[in-house]
Amino acid sequence: MKEKFDAIVVGAGPAGNAAAYTLAKAGLSVLQIERGEYPGSKNVQGAILYSDALEKMIPDFREDAPLERHVIEQRQWVLSKDSYVGAHYRSDAFNHEPYNRYTIIRAQFDKWFSSKVREAGALVICETTVDHLIMDGEQVVGVQCDREHGDVYADVVILADGVNSVLARKAGFHGEIEAANVALAVKEILFMPEETIQERFNIGEEEGVVIEMIGSITDGMMGTGFLYTNKESLTIGVGCMLSDFKTSPNRTSPYAMLEQMKRHPSIAPLIAGGEMKEYCAHLIPEGGYRAVPKVAGNGWMIAGDSGGFVNAVHREGSNLAMTTGRVAAETYIEARAAGKPMTEATLRAYPEKLKNSFVMKDLHKYRDMPQIFHHNKQFFTTYPDLVNDAARTMLTVDGVDKKTKEKAVMSSFRKARGLPGMFGDAFKFWRAVR
Amino acid sequence: MHIVVCIKQVPDSAQIRVHPVTNTIMRQGVPAIVNPYDLFALEEALRLKDRFGGRVTVLCMGPPQAEDSLRKCVSFGADDAILVTDRAFAGADTLATSYALASAIRQIGREQAVDLVFTGKQTVDGDTAQVGPGIAKRLGLQLLTYVSRIVELDMDAKKIVIERRAEGGVQVLRTAVPCLITMLENTNELRFASMPSMINAARVPIRRWNKDDAGIEDIEKIGLKGSPTVVSKVFGPTPRTEKAEMLAVEESSLRDVSLNLIQRLFTRHPGLEQQLLERSDA
Amino acid sequence: MNQATVKRPAGRGGRNLELPEHLKRYKGVWVFIEHDRGHVHQVSWELMGAARQLADTLGAEVAGVLMGGPDEPLETFAQEAFGYGADLCYVTRAPVLAGYRNEPFTRGLTELVNTYQPEIMLLGATTMGRDLAGSVATTLQTGLTADCTELNIDPTSRALAATRPTFGGSLLCTIMTLAYRPQMATVRPRVMPMPKKDATRSGRIIEGTLDLAESEIVTKLLDFIPDASSNKINLAYADIIVSGGKGMKKPENFELIWNLARVLGAEVGATRPVVQAGWVEAERQVGQTGKTVRPKLYIAAGISGAIQHRVGMEGADAIVAINSDPNAPIFDFAHYGIVGNAMTVLPALTEAFRAHLAARSAGGVVAA
Ligand SMILES: Cc1cc2nc3c(=O)[nH]c(=O)nc-3n(C[C@H](O)[C@H](O)[C@H](O)COP(=O)(O)OP(=O)(O)OC[C@H]3O[C@@H](n4cnc5c(N)ncnc54)[C@H](O)[C@@H]3O)c2cc1C
Ligand SMILES: Cc1cc2nc3c(=O)[nH]c(=O)nc-3n(C[C@H](O)[C@H](O)[C@H](O)COP(=O)(O)OP(=O)(O)OC[C@H]3O[C@@H](n4cnc5c(N)ncnc54)[C@H](O)[C@@H]3O)c2cc1C
Ligand SMILES: Nc1ncnc2c1ncn2[C@@H]1O[C@H](COP(=O)(O)O)[C@@H](O)[C@H]1O
Repeated sequence: MKEKFDAIVVGAGPAGNAAAYTLAKAGLSVLQIERGEYPGSKNVQGAILYSDALEKMIPDFREDAPLERHVIEQRQWVLSKDSYVGAHYRSDAFNHEPYNRYTIIRAQFDKWFSSKVREAGALVICETTVDHLIMDGEQVVGVQCDREHGDVYADVVILADGVNSVLARKAGFHGEIEAANVALAVKEILFMPEETIQERFNIGEEEGVVIEMIGSITDGMMGTGFLYTNKESLTIGVGCMLSDFKTSPNRTSPYAMLEQMKRHPSIAPLIAGGEMKEYCAHLIPEGGYRAVPKVAGNGWMIAGDSGGFVNAVHREGSNLAMTTGRVAAETYIEARAAGKPMTEATLRAYPEKLKNSFVMKDLHKYRDMPQIFHHNKQFFTTYPDLVNDAARTMLTVDGVDKKTKEKAVMSSFRKARGLPGMFGDAFKFWRAVR
Repeated sequence: MHIVVCIKQVPDSAQIRVHPVTNTIMRQGVPAIVNPYDLFALEEALRLKDRFGGRVTVLCMGPPQAEDSLRKCVSFGADDAILVTDRAFAGADTLATSYALASAIRQIGREQAVDLVFTGKQTVDGDTAQVGPGIAKRLGLQLLTYVSRIVELDMDAKKIVIERRAEGGVQVLRTAVPCLITMLENTNELRFASMPSMINAARVPIRRWNKDDAGIEDIEKIGLKGSPTVVSKVFGPTPRTEKAEMLAVEESSLRDVSLNLIQRLFTRHPGLEQQLLERSDA
Repeated sequence: MNQATVKRPAGRGGRNLELPEHLKRYKGVWVFIEHDRGHVHQVSWELMGAARQLADTLGAEVAGVLMGGPDEPLETFAQEAFGYGADLCYVTRAPVLAGYRNEPFTRGLTELVNTYQPEIMLLGATTMGRDLAGSVATTLQTGLTADCTELNIDPTSRALAATRPTFGGSLLCTIMTLAYRPQMATVRPRVMPMPKKDATRSGRIIEGTLDLAESEIVTKLLDFIPDASSNKINLAYADIIVSGGKGMKKPENFELIWNLARVLGAEVGATRPVVQAGWVEAERQVGQTGKTVRPKLYIAAGISGAIQHRVGMEGADAIVAINSDPNAPIFDFAHYGIVGNAMTVLPALTEAFRAHLAARSAGGVVAA
């Protein structure tokens, strides 16, 4: 008995769900295969959801999606060992519907999204791993799963199997992922009563805060920390490039780093009393524009983290995943309607579409960021300390006049980086983000 | 042969957390699973089907999302799945649950006569082991609880011989079919579903029955109304005020720590020491 | 507890929580006395102690229910029951009651209840008690609360307030049967303390029989195969238990548990993962799905103290925990905690116990 579908989607994360949803809505026969016990079971983290990408598929998602809080305030902190300098942006505009960003708990969100996929008519199968792609010459014609009689066939296979896609590698679609192109992030969910969260973060019911941090917390490595408010828990985490962990002189482990971060005097009071609910570690592809592999071929397309579609600078991933998943699905739907064969020539329309969307435009904008930060660790070590020292100097009232203080600050910057160094850094930074 | 297996969807109790402040269960994010004990019942039913042919119908009373659990049972090989779901069933205790399930089984029997009913030994949420006996009494079926092995089944003579776990031993019982079996855990190993059965399970329509479809005759007997027991209070275990006396260990002082412990222990519990000494005298 | 909390579910469900007039006649607290092959299950005496307290609060009598075959020493059991607090015993004899079977016992107990109308009926949560309780409660159409850990009388309603763990022990709930009689509950062995026996107490015996012929009974008992191993493993009633968890790392390391157990004359217990990994027999599992134990001393090595394990052993008089993780939950309810590697602590402790006991008994002999 040979089962054949129009499309097979591997993975039930945001990318896979977006693809399967779009395909099923178009009335196609879709089989989605997820190796976890249920969609989201492998994704225990809390995260930020950007409405736009989801709204394009499910305009009324707010009605029943499990959303934690809408974000009304963003804090950017630069930390030294015992202090931080921060910029906070809070706007009442963020408090008007429709809200733009939400905190979510992925396990719940993915489950919800998957229920929509099923309602749309896709067949969703869990606890099943796709081991291989079935090839007919150059053409991908199906997948082989780890179950008895595990071969299933389809016109097209969309790989949305997340970062470090084993399948794509096995099939030779892209090489081994480089440690320098992937961040290892660890996260915890800390349980805390709703009222405590609202008091501590100065927010009302359903309102949320996001704190993004760089500096001493990453122990000299390239990385960032973050803290989000969920309904009755906090998500706290830190991520650094895998290559940095490997070469770290202090052999800092990600977990130790998170523990240390939780003890930081600026962070500890915010999370005090929080009871740990879940812990997880996960990779994030952060190679950016230059690390995106070939994403379409004969009978296959790659979407989401599997294709390296993550904007590390703005910590956007799920929205790129949903967008790429949807666009891949649309590419297939259009090609099919036009009666075209599912060859590489046809499916190349998918990366073309992405090029014209915010996905590739944003990744292109920050294309140099990874390299620059990689080779200039001062952005994570020297500067955070300097900025904090400067703030402390200026804000300590001790009889020294402000002019002298300013001089001292400037000289400390010069001493640490030298004038040309500072100009160079400023230029690199500008080049990276322009 | 037609076998009905009752399965319940339960929260994975290994992942349940209690809100440290309000002492309420945090169900949010706790995955729902098929009651683990029921899978032994399902597997046993499937084995009988493999041997004797026939059909296995899985039956569950629960909210609409319990459909997932039924699908899972279909993936293992159940032929038909019925979800009995109705707001009127909410708040049911074991008496009301067994009434509803018994009615549904009677209804199933009108489509095709039922030869055996299986339930799990108990659930991990309610944890009462009362629903199986309740169904049996209501249907007038012979009741076989804590069954560890089906020794013999003769469908022509309508006789079954089973082994049942009792206190201090195993009872070997013979009875007539139809009967109800509550299956003991770890008595068999669940099969692995093939890919075609997984696809079939994702596709199969799950029948949904409301209280009328399920043939409920007396609505006074279902849901909260039909439940004699009243939950009057839910609370967390009282934390011990007195913390453990901690003894520090560095490898070198292991002996001291041990002696220290023994001394404290026997000072506080002199009877214990006495008992140990008497025993070593004897 | 106030009336309001009791009444709240009524508002939601619109059900009647008033006890109907004809059920107000139900009086007395009953204990079903479980016996098998000449022995009463100890849980019945534990229940007798609980029943005595309930009855004293209610100002009622305690009755034991004994059912069995013609040759069984039911009168002897009744005398014992009086010693543990019963005021009277209903003794039902019939050939069909030799050896437990659901059908005749359900019939017999149901008839007895309908005739003598008890207010409360308690059974042990054993394979027999649970089988019987569920059947009888359904036949009588009354409420049954399983696996209770605490039994009280609610002062306002005079109802039995039965407390039991739910959700794997993470929460407790108190359950009452307000509008139905009798109020039924099962209790696991070792949950209630064993009452003191007063051999001078005596009581009344009310004899009866069951009008049921063997030919009317569908289920036949073909054989009883006593367990070889469970006769030896008596975990529930052990005074000292040395238990090991997943933190023992390897089955070989479990030998360290056995060594200490031998020195203390203790039984060996284990957590579920250890049993599932096949390191020890299933009969040794302590906890929600294992045995409830109540030893004088419980030594837990490499056990995290998960709630499902805790509910089975927290009744121990003294709990000693050995765990390498200072934050392990077991230290929240142990009496003595040793933070350290069980693989080194256990041998040291074994040796120290051995030496101490040897020295003391030598000393004892000299003194005597
Ligand atoms: C710590 C951390 C914080 C983040 N924070 C944010 C944030 O705040 N906002 C944001 O937008 N993004 C964030 N991201 C990024 C975001 O999580 C990802 O970009 C997004 O989840 C990618 O979706 P995906 O569907 O491509 O992959 P995934 O979500 O990883 O899904 C892949 C799925 O495929 C399944 N699978 C894999 N292999 C197989 C196989 N062989 N067979 C069957 N199934 C398979 C997996 O089980 C998994 O469910 C964060 C990431 C991390 C790690
Ligand atoms: C429905 C249900 C019913 C259950 N019923 C039961 C039950 O009846 N009984 C039961 O026990 N469990 C039961 N469980 C399982 C229970 O939830 C826990 O998983 C289990 O009790 C944990 O066992 P553990 O402590 O052996 O293992 P772990 O949780 O893995 O703990 C091992 C411990 O050993 C410590 N350790 C590690 N190395 C060393 C060392 N060298 N020296 C000292 N300490 C060390 C660790 O710090 C850790 O605390 C049930 C679960 C469910 C879902
Ligand atoms: N809602 C339900 N739907 C189907 N079966 C159930 C339900 N509740 C209990 N059962 C069955 O009855 C057994 C005993 O349950 P319990 O009495 O809750 O411990 C379970 O193992 C199930 O087989």
